[in-house]
Amino acid sequence: MMKQLFPKQHVMGFVFSMVLSVVALAVLVFDMSYKMGMAILLVTAIAQALVQLLLFMHIGESEDKKTLYTNIIYALFVGVVTILGTLFTMIWGYQML
Amino acid sequence: MESHEQQFLILNEPMIVAAMISIVVGALSLVIGVTYFKKWGYLWREWITTVDHKKIGVMYILVALVMLFRGGVDALLMRGQTAMPENGLLDAQHYNEIFTTHGVIMILFMAMPFIIGLMNVVTPLQIGARDVAFPRLNSVSFWLFAVGAGLFNISFIIGGSPDAGWSAYFPLASLEFSPTVGNNYYAISLQIAGLGTLMTGINFLVTILKMRAPGMTLMKMPMFTWSILITNVIIVFAFPVLTVALALMTMDRQFGTKFFAMQDGGMDMLWANLFWVWGHPEVYIVILPAFGIYSEIISTFARKNLYGYKSMVVSMVAISLLSFVVWAHHFYTMGHGVMVNSVFSITTMLIAVPTGVKIFNWLLTLHKGKISFTTPMLYSLAFIPIFTIGGVTGVMLAMASADYQYHNTMFLVAHFHYVLIPGTVFAVIAGFHFWFPKVFGFRLNEKLGKLAFWFITISFNVAFFPLFILGLNGMTRRMYTYSESTGYGPLNMLSFVGAVGLGIGFIILVYNLYWSIRYSPRDETGDPWDARSLEWATHGPVPFYNFARIPQVNELDAFWHAKKHNKQLWSGPIEKIHMPSNSGMPFLMSGAFFAAGFCLVFSWWIPTIIFTILIFVFMALRSFEQDHGYYVSVEEVERIERELGGDK
Repeated sequence: MMKQLFPKQHVMGFVFSMVLSVVALAVLVFDMSYKMGMAILLVTAIAQALVQLLLFMHIGESEDKKTLYTNIIYALFVGVVTILGTLFTMIWGYQML
Repeated sequence: MESHEQQFLILNEPMIVAAMISIVVGALSLVIGVTYFKKWGYLWREWITTVDHKKIGVMYILVALVMLFRGGVDALLMRGQTAMPENGLLDAQHYNEIFTTHGVIMILFMAMPFIIGLMNVVTPLQIGARDVAFPRLNSVSFWLFAVGAGLFNISFIIGGSPDAGWSAYFPLASLEFSPTVGNNYYAISLQIAGLGTLMTGINFLVTILKMRAPGMTLMKMPMFTWSILITNVIIVFAFPVLTVALALMTMDRQFGTKFFAMQDGGMDMLWANLFWVWGHPEVYIVILPAFGIYSEIISTFARKNLYGYKSMVVSMVAISLLSFVVWAHHFYTMGHGVMVNSVFSITTMLIAVPTGVKIFNWLLTLHKGKISFTTPMLYSLAFIPIFTIGGVTGVMLAMASADYQYHNTMFLVAHFHYVLIPGTVFAVIAGFHFWFPKVFGFRLNEKLGKLAFWFITISFNVAFFPLFILGLNGMTRRMYTYSESTGYGPLNMLSFVGAVGLGIGFIILVYNLYWSIRYSPRDETGDPWDARSLEWATHGPVPFYNFARIPQVNELDAFWHAKKHNKQLWSGPIEKIHMPSNSGMPFLMSGAFFAAGFCLVFSWWIPTIIFTILIFVFMALRSFEQDHGYYVSVEEVERIERELGGDK
């Protein structure tokens, strides 16, 4: 009875997101290189987004999860292409003859 | 021009004054006419407040036809000016304004609304739905688009038109080099119309995903609906980029920010970059629905299933993804390195692959078909070879190193007209002829239709083929005049003759509309073309609730199968129908948008703020409004069905 009532997923999600937040905060507290800090932030941010989507917003449990996943992947594709593509055309690849 | 800066009304140009007078006279006679025939109530109840997708579609197409006229007159003026060396029809400033307006109007206020209009009329019918998912939002979309178009169109008499090209590149479009309010109009009117388009995108995405008739899986959808689905996906992902870019442009021009400035950390080329991140998908927003229209028409009039349905879908999805990774081919010569140009060359050429797949599918659909040469079919058949010329020259332009020769020449102008006119314009005209009987209950005259077709197709080639040669000879685009020694004269004159022919073709098309309204025999069947998809299963003209009973779909082209095997598409009794109620709020709110936009153009801050608050007041009112629509009783549905000639 207790087992069914206990929101295991939510508690786990809560713990995960707290841990991830603390790790992200570590970037501020500890002295480390800019690259290292950014790498930690990037990884924790992606993990945090996944935790929120999967454990709290239950994206995998709804009827139209296929639509939702397709949508997210498409949006990621367009976003990544736009941002990295702009950097590529405007900065990295600019007049590198 | 200096004198344009200070003027509120443009009074120094006889042509513009004449246009102004004719607009005032036209508007006055319209108001007097509507009042005299006591049609204000009718207009308000049946059209302005409507949430019916068919009527909204008709209004979109009506605006598109008016804009086609406006853009067409611009085109004739340009071709007239360049018909002879050192012609004095237009001065440089006026010429700049005209090619800018021509481009913006033809793409954003003609091609887009024509396509969105057809999509409004047809898509819910094709999927067996009674309306779109958010009918009220659909009305907001239309009115936002309409006021955006209106705002853009008044620019040439009040304050001066934008003059930096339809792509409005910085630094030319910045306050420093374009000091008139023209480019404010550009940014704000496109912003307002773009909001409407974005809402349409969301609306139709939800409609197609959620409101299909029972049994219609995604792979049983008609090809036009598929193309609309993909188009709306592109709209939803591409338009926000335009929104951001235009907002930055507005801030640069009106609040002194430096996003696109050449100093202070700004980057002028970033505008070109953002513009084409939206702009290239936009090209596919106007071409994919055209592919859908052709697929429907070709399979209907070849009396065959569409060849390679699955590969059609896959190639459209591929095009939609590729359309987001090619934008830099619009500015190969802007100064990026070999690496960037090579990558974008390859992605650009890749697009030719799925497009080629589609061309072959259409050809194989025609293969051994029983082809009937109706007007819509003629446009579709002409599309294939002409569009291929456009496509092949596109592959030529796609080669970055060769593009250093072609770019910004008339060759490019010829290329994109060869893609957009047979691609989009022929498609919407074909779709217009094809679906006209569905909406109005009678066909357009075939004889006049074919006459217009031949005029348009032949004149199109006469008008634009010479531009390929002119481009290769070195004539650049957007030059308002040239000297006789360049030798550009004769081909430009030929092109002008073609442009006049195109004008005549469109006049015949409009005359056909008038003739058919008066004399065309009324169609009783609702299926005059012996067509395939669900929209033909209901009456023509379609009753406001579309289907008395929602059809049950078991296969692709369910209506065709039902006809062939004498099956019924629906069963069970007629039930009461839930319909959305009309509302005047979208119209009024868009009016507030228009007023706010207009004041913003002239930097009149206080009125801008007041009207913006008004917009939010309308939104707040909406969120407190209780509106659950209404029910049409069974007796009422039965009565309408009887009047329309029996159960369907």
